[in-house]
Amino acid sequence: MSRDRLTDRRRWLGQALTGAAGLALAGCDRLAQSPQVNATLDRAEGLTERVQRLLHGRSALAREYPASAISPDFRANGTTNPDSEAYQQHVAAGFRDWRLEIGGLVERPLQLSLADLRARPARTQITRHDCVEGWSSIGKWTGAKLGPLIAEAGLKPQARYLAFFCADTLELTLDGTGDYYETIDLIDAFHPQTILAYEMNDQPLPVAHGAPIRLRLERQLGYKMAKYVMRIEAIESFGRLGLGKGGYWEDRGYQWYAGI
Amino acid sequence: MDEAERTLKDGRVAIYRHPLLVRATHWVNALCLVLLLLSGLQILNAHPAFYWGEDSRFARPLAAVTTVDDAEGGLRGRLTIGAVPFDTTGVLGASASGDGGLQAVAFPSWLTLPGYRDLGAGRRWHFFFAWALVLNGLAYGLYSLASGRLRRVLWPSLAELKGVGRAVLDHARLRFAHGEQARTYNILQKLAYLAVILGLLPLMLFTGLAMAPGVDARLPILTELLGGRQSARTVHFLAASGLVLFALVHIVMVVAAGPVNEMRAILTGWFVLGKRDKGR
Repeated sequence: MSRDRLTDRRRWLGQALTGAAGLALAGCDRLAQSPQVNATLDRAEGLTERVQRLLHGRSALAREYPASAISPDFRANGTTNPDSEAYQQHVAAGFRDWRLEIGGLVERPLQLSLADLRARPARTQITRHDCVEGWSSIGKWTGAKLGPLIAEAGLKPQARYLAFFCADTLELTLDGTGDYYETIDLIDAFHPQTILAYEMNDQPLPVAHGAPIRLRLERQLGYKMAKYVMRIEAIESFGRLGLGKGGYWEDRGYQWYAGI
Repeated sequence: MDEAERTLKDGRVAIYRHPLLVRATHWVNALCLVLLLLSGLQILNAHPAFYWGEDSRFARPLAAVTTVDDAEGGLRGRLTIGAVPFDTTGVLGASASGDGGLQAVAFPSWLTLPGYRDLGAGRRWHFFFAWALVLNGLAYGLYSLASGRLRRVLWPSLAELKGVGRAVLDHARLRFAHGEQARTYNILQKLAYLAVILGLLPLMLFTGLAMAPGVDARLPILTELLGGRQSARTVHFLAASGLVLFALVHIVMVVAAGPVNEMRAILTGWFVLGKRDKGR
């Protein structure tokens, strides 16, 4: 066999292998986008959520750390400075006129200033923040316990979830589906470590971390812990919010129950 | 031995080495590990840096993949281990994008599932096949214990352990057992399979669970034993690297020892002993 033919053959083999690998990759990506495949993958999501619930139940507490464990470089992710005019006015005024609205399916809608929140039952905790991306930072959080606030507003019997509406828009859309929001169930709402944090590491919550308040939902990943919370609504279902999956990131493929 | 065996027309002996359950779980395992590796690298691409302890000290990772701009305005990929940088352009940090140029991504798209950036999808694939791996492993483990296969086929004797040095030399020279000696696994096979079954795979599971904040709330001991969440994440990657290394050596050994016979054994169960020892 001549040298040329051998080289040709090698080149052909190389091209064939590259082509086959390309086909396999394209096949994988097509599978990853197929609705049937995703419906199958979703079944495991339900299993994962139920097993987590079974495992840690209502009451297990996230680990808390000594002050020496606090990270010197707690990362701020997602939006770090909402650019809406209304929000920037609040920042300029030190959130003096800001009010947290608690409404929806409640008996007594509330409008609370930061001073009102500071006067409510509070909790301080040093916990680890686990980002879905894989990194962790440890911080000290002080905030109003969410459970007593919701009890004060009085849930109507059909209320099953709390929705948090935020001042930040991560994706510009015409229909508002790019606005940050989150939903949690009542088990998590009344968990003792679930707080609306107004202090981080003994300082007023910085803008980068969600001023004036961010939800702390220990035992789940960072994207559940909405920053820049403006309004909380008790709701029956989250099917009609955003794209219907229960949160900004859930609408983009993350798990609603983010315990793993 | 309760293994079935038969003599072929040419006088060689074939033994029924792998029962159906072992063959089936072997292939399910292989599929799961490939998909877990690819989806795992998709997840890792969201933050391609490793730390030790509970939290991430971003300024000093143990190792990290980054993308930097070079003087001509192009992209260079860089892997930094400790304080030592390596140029990994083309593979890590900067690799081929669809349009022929370079894209800034830690692991190249041909090593991730999906091939495009999608952390949410990577997680869905990862958790689905993690369940499949665990259920498959349970089926294999229960069968191996109940049938006594673990003890009979994989557990090494003291005499075998003493011969480990010689076995290493034989393997290094690609001298493999033939005939009757190939009827059982050699000591290195036994140790490698046991290290994977009882070591690396359980370690993958526990380090994976230890990263979950939900699991950490109920079983903090798991994360604490591993030295913290970021340590667990680092060990998860190292153990995965160990599995990749095992798989590569495993495939090389299959090819070196006789790919037709080995593939027939893991597909049909029947392994043909070599001719050399016939009639001895």
